[in-house]
Amino acid sequence: MSGHSSYEPKTGIERWLDTRLPIVRFGADLLDFPTPKNLNYWWTFGGILAMCLGIQIVTGIVLAMHYVPHVDYAFNSVERIMRDVNFGWLVRYMHANGASMFFIAVYIHMFRGLYYGSYKAPREILWILGCVIYLLMMATAFMGYVLPWGQMSFHGAVVITNLFGALPIVGESITTWLWGGFAVDNATLNRFFSLHFLLPFMIAGVVILHIWALHVPGNNNPTGVNVKSKEDTVPFHPYYTVKDGFAISLFLLMFATFVFFQPNALGDAVNYVPANPLVTPAHIVPEWYFLPFYAILRAVPDKLMGVLLMFGAIAMLFVLPWLDTSKVRSMRYRPTAKLYFGLFVLACLILGYCGGRLPDDPVIPGISTFQLLDADLNSMVWLSRVATAYYFGYFVVILPILGLTETPLPQPESISAPVLSHPANAPAGAAASPEKRG
Amino acid sequence: MADTVAGASPDPHAAGDDPSRRDFIHIAATTAAIGAVAGLAWPFIDQMNPAGDTLALASVEFDLTKVEQGQQVVLKWRGKPLFVRSRTGAEIAKAVKDDTASMRDPARDEDRHKPGKAEWLILVGTCTHLGCVPTFGGGDYGGWFCPCHGSHYDTSGRIRKGPAPTNLAVPEYAFLSDTKVKIG
Repeated sequence: MSGHSSYEPKTGIERWLDTRLPIVRFGADLLDFPTPKNLNYWWTFGGILAMCLGIQIVTGIVLAMHYVPHVDYAFNSVERIMRDVNFGWLVRYMHANGASMFFIAVYIHMFRGLYYGSYKAPREILWILGCVIYLLMMATAFMGYVLPWGQMSFHGAVVITNLFGALPIVGESITTWLWGGFAVDNATLNRFFSLHFLLPFMIAGVVILHIWALHVPGNNNPTGVNVKSKEDTVPFHPYYTVKDGFAISLFLLMFATFVFFQPNALGDAVNYVPANPLVTPAHIVPEWYFLPFYAILRAVPDKLMGVLLMFGAIAMLFVLPWLDTSKVRSMRYRPTAKLYFGLFVLACLILGYCGGRLPDDPVIPGISTFQLLDADLNSMVWLSRVATAYYFGYFVVILPILGLTETPLPQPESISAPVLSHPANAPAGAAASPEKRG
Repeated sequence: MADTVAGASPDPHAAGDDPSRRDFIHIAATTAAIGAVAGLAWPFIDQMNPAGDTLALASVEFDLTKVEQGQQVVLKWRGKPLFVRSRTGAEIAKAVKDDTASMRDPARDEDRHKPGKAEWLILVGTCTHLGCVPTFGGGDYGGWFCPCHGSHYDTSGRIRKGPAPTNLAVPEYAFLSDTKVKIG
């Protein structure tokens, strides 16, 4: 898509086609794409994610052949898929666990981008498209989880759609509009099925834009240093087709372990109870991949503020390219930033942990401290508040200020340089203030 | 194109091409197109609102003799749970006594039941936080407790503690007789 094409049509048919629909050239250029030669295994998750999307679409289309989107039949049709449809259990377990695998891969992919500064110029659009994909994934996963019409499906749908009710004035009209009634009911289930079918194809569309935006500046790399010459790159094929292929194989091993040995480990047993609008399960939790956001929602005692903060947590990602003031891309050369990044990952994990527990649960069992405002200090609520504060602080305080105050380590001259000589032997003059780096 | 223009008047407007007429056509065509898209968009948005048959299923009658004193019956109304609670004297007294307490959504107990029918409390059984169904008799105030995010309601269904912004809603209802109510 950028740079010169090295494709030469060899046969008459290829030449004929190349002047009409240069699709072979298109494919050849993708395979030949110059890729930094130092990409590590954190870079294989793009390919893994493409595979995850493919698996979800194929298994999803098969499930749609047997699923019935009606409140009276949905639960039973899913059980029929599990018991009676040939290999239905396999397809459904692949689809349900596939969603979790998709999110594991996307979170690693995102943390990789955060650590190596892949969101910085000139890759802002690439990063934002990725954020759009992530939003679409969350919407798709949420609506998909509603379809089996179990207790968690139903009450999860109630809670999430009620989030929009927190908006002033228009909130109630919006929830009624989303429901197609006065509560989550058949109309809601039907439209969720329709949209759950649509959104993956929208994701596929944005993925194409994402890859297009990737192929304009080319890949970032672990050093964060721009590609300077042809020496710094290798063709995508065979070097990265093989590396990605190996990573995909390992990922599939983990995937298969869940599908065949622990198919329900990542789900909630309560969702095997048919939906009952009159009884809410005692402990209602979303799927694991939403837990950090759920913890942020619950950390705030005010309904509207909680909802705004939860959506704000995702909004932070969209504006991140303009929050981070450091011109050094890779945190490999930002020792202080590396520390704060580690704490950020920890904050996300703590939020995930808190989201799965009850707000009043003690953090350290058996110890009661003192009541601070509305809850005991030794409670999940206060732990979530601390982690939420750090989550937002990382984006709006630490990254903007740190880029101006820190002293980064010397960056290599080029991608090839540290391969040829150890970074410790780099010229002393390489260390300089960050504002002079470009 | 450049070749054909060369030699002609450098200012196309001077050749009698009235700019305001052309602009008018552009603006009118664009406006018509936007209007058509907006007009067509509304049916596609409004189709998601409650359908006629959904709106028609609006009222339900209920026989109060099914509820023992001190207990509640949950029925389904408009797809939502509805609490019909027969309160004991102690519960009523407690609710009245708390009329003066500090509350997020202040309301007097007598405004939350029909006149002279203090025993009967009829409420929409969805937590005003995020719509879960609160459990009967739980929480610090003996009314209801929402298991989702820890909202405590008192014996009048008023929010006393937790994230919910307002009291449990009182639906529109009327007593048809001493033992029968019509809700909606």
